[in-house]
Amino acid sequence: MIAYLIRRILYAIPILIGVNLLTFSLFFVVNTADDMARMQLGMKRVTPEAIAKWKQQHGYDKPLLFNAQAEGMSKISDTIFFQKSARMFAFDFGSSNDGRNVAREIQTRMLPSLAIALPTFLIGLLIYITFALLMTLFRATALDIMGVSLCVLLMSISGLFYIIGGQFVASKLWHWVPISGYAGGLDSIKFVLLPVLIGVMGSIGSSSRWYRTIFLEEIGKDYVRTARAKGLSELRVLFRHVLKNAMIPILTGVVVVIPLLFMGSLLTESFFGIPGLGSYTIDAINAQDFGVVRAMVFLGSMLYIAGLVLTDISYTIVDPRVRLQ
Amino acid sequence: MPVLLWTDAMIFLLLATVVAAALWIRKRPHLVLPWQRVAKGSVGMVSLLLLSLFVLVGLLDTMHYRAALPEKSNGQTVYSAEVLSVFDALAKGIKSRSEKTYSAPLSAYLYAKESMETSDGKILRDYPRLRYGGIHLADPQHELLGDVLKRTVIGALAGLLIAVLLIAVSNVLLHFFLKVRTVGSSTVPEINKDNWIATFTNAMKIKPCRALLITALLLAMLLGVTVNLAAVYHVMGTDKVGQDVLYLALKSIRTGLVIGTVTTLVMLPFALLLGIAAGYLRGWVDDVIQYLYTVLSSIPSVLLIAAAVLMMQVYIEMHPEWFDTSAARADLRLLFLCLILGVTSWTGLCRLLRGETLKLREMEYIQAAQAFGVSSSRILTRHIVPNVMHIVLIAVVMDFSSLVLAEAVLSYVGVGVDPSTMSFGTLINSARLEMGREPMVWWTLAAAFGFMLVLVLAANLFADAVRDAFDPRLNRTEAVA
Repeated sequence: MIAYLIRRILYAIPILIGVNLLTFSLFFVVNTADDMARMQLGMKRVTPEAIAKWKQQHGYDKPLLFNAQAEGMSKISDTIFFQKSARMFAFDFGSSNDGRNVAREIQTRMLPSLAIALPTFLIGLLIYITFALLMTLFRATALDIMGVSLCVLLMSISGLFYIIGGQFVASKLWHWVPISGYAGGLDSIKFVLLPVLIGVMGSIGSSSRWYRTIFLEEIGKDYVRTARAKGLSELRVLFRHVLKNAMIPILTGVVVVIPLLFMGSLLTESFFGIPGLGSYTIDAINAQDFGVVRAMVFLGSMLYIAGLVLTDISYTIVDPRVRLQ
Repeated sequence: MPVLLWTDAMIFLLLATVVAAALWIRKRPHLVLPWQRVAKGSVGMVSLLLLSLFVLVGLLDTMHYRAALPEKSNGQTVYSAEVLSVFDALAKGIKSRSEKTYSAPLSAYLYAKESMETSDGKILRDYPRLRYGGIHLADPQHELLGDVLKRTVIGALAGLLIAVLLIAVSNVLLHFFLKVRTVGSSTVPEINKDNWIATFTNAMKIKPCRALLITALLLAMLLGVTVNLAAVYHVMGTDKVGQDVLYLALKSIRTGLVIGTVTTLVMLPFALLLGIAAGYLRGWVDDVIQYLYTVLSSIPSVLLIAAAVLMMQVYIEMHPEWFDTSAARADLRLLFLCLILGVTSWTGLCRLLRGETLKLREMEYIQAAQAFGVSSSRILTRHIVPNVMHIVLIAVVMDFSSLVLAEAVLSYVGVGVDPSTMSFGTLINSARLEMGREPMVWWTLAAAFGFMLVLVLAANLFADAVRDAFDPRLNRTEAVA
């Protein structure tokens, strides 16, 4: 197990380097360091000296990937890529264009993001699986057909509709919760309620249908017939046997997203004015703040890889036959 | 002067591929079989009918041209800078009749009060009459409802009549056409050679045919009503600058279709080639390809899309000399968006194909082919590719609806299509602040969400029908249950 974990972590390093190189080249194919400086200093009437000074201050006065003038190892290390991007492997995220420390910013913004993402995830999971189990219980009856039709209808509705409609009904019509914003502590509940509700609504159709397919696949297997032959009630068969055996496909889709919950949701946060990591990223993209985008992409892919490893570990917990080596 | 934009070319290419594939499949009974299964389902066929209506609008909107200006310079014809489509020409009526600002659906008055001078010189603040909507009415307050009802009934009846005539004529034609081939299966109706009415009643005994007929008649009535009302009213109101919302929504269809289909078209070669290569060749090829798609899929896709779109935007702005019209610029941006969406979405299909190929290459018939000394490229094209095609097809139809929905979200966030391109996303984006107005302007949002719902729902239902017909695993479980 430990050997497996070490191998997976070592395997993650080239992937993260690849991710870094990709973001880096994506950014610098169209932007030069001069453009960044001009953007920061104001577009018009910037003297070349001011640009040079900005570049020197922020460390963008080096070659991009390969420094031909330097000696030995510093041919590679004395470049923008190495100085800016490779440092992130030591969790040194540097600072954003306005001089703030990105790592600290991430720390403070993580909490609001989690406050939305975690309840959405947990409540959603509970509702989707319950709904799917109910449909499985009443499979091939009118109730099941109605449930599936409802799912297809719900998944055909744009997520924007839920957000706009939800904000309109709950905030404008009923004055039930504030339209957007965020506050710390217990006050946060009233700001969190609507985004969570809408987040759960948004994927109820596709998720429930997906779980239903998984359960239906399990229910045709021999062990289910055996369980029924033993005289177990259908409910017991579903909850004790089918649910447990469906764990592997469920975990495959679910565990991967758990670490990514930290990233927050770009859409929900920018709609509801939540000062989380999602809106941070959107703002950074709009302001072309490479420091922040780079850090968020790095963080995102690191969490994704962590999610993959967690998925493998979770298999060993629910299925003793799985061994990691 | 005809204009061929980049996405137009892609759409025509796609159309040609579909036609070629259909001709290819027609000759091969084992490939026709799953499609016959699709044809047996009422839901699938009805949604296909709806989809083809959308595709028709999209295709009409794809044939672009630039109109010649009346005045000539030095004997040479000068073309207008505005790129129009055949659809624009057909919908010229509702396109040109733009009002001053908002007006509600089927209304004869503007939505904002204005100061008007009455005949006796007083200044009166009231809702002014529209420039075009309901202009034929002398006293809209009393006549409007009656007129709308009258036009609805007449439109519905006319639509019904035309549809019945068309169906009857096509039935007679089909009857004589089908006479040549006698096909007797459960999807193709039994043909009575002497009596076309009997052929028709035979066809009506088959479930999808009946459902199709009812849908077609309903659609014809709806179309008739819309056309009849749109002649004198704004059926879905007007937006802030007075454009007809129905026109905008219809124009958005093409953008949605382009995003949904061209994206798959550009990503398919990559996914197919790399997925199969990784699964079949294994070794270092597999390692490299796996590394490639792990890197791409580990970047959160919204981030990648947003970053790429913003970079591209800068790039386009830096090269204004590439484009002779604004439509060409907006179109290139649309194409880029498709490319970017393709790059982020090919990894899933690639992984699926790799897994399937890994499974297939251990099959006995592949090993037999290898033992006979058949070359790798021939094994791949003759044995592997045909056997993974059903996965590709299912992925393509399933992706379509999610891509249409994604476009709206991306445009709303500001990293989608060009603001001058009409799409569901830009439509919703322009209407987002109108919800806050008092009294509320709801019709733009309603039109955008309504059209999108019908399109996506039809696509989802059709995708399900295709998947049920093609997925060998699903068929087995059905047989068990």
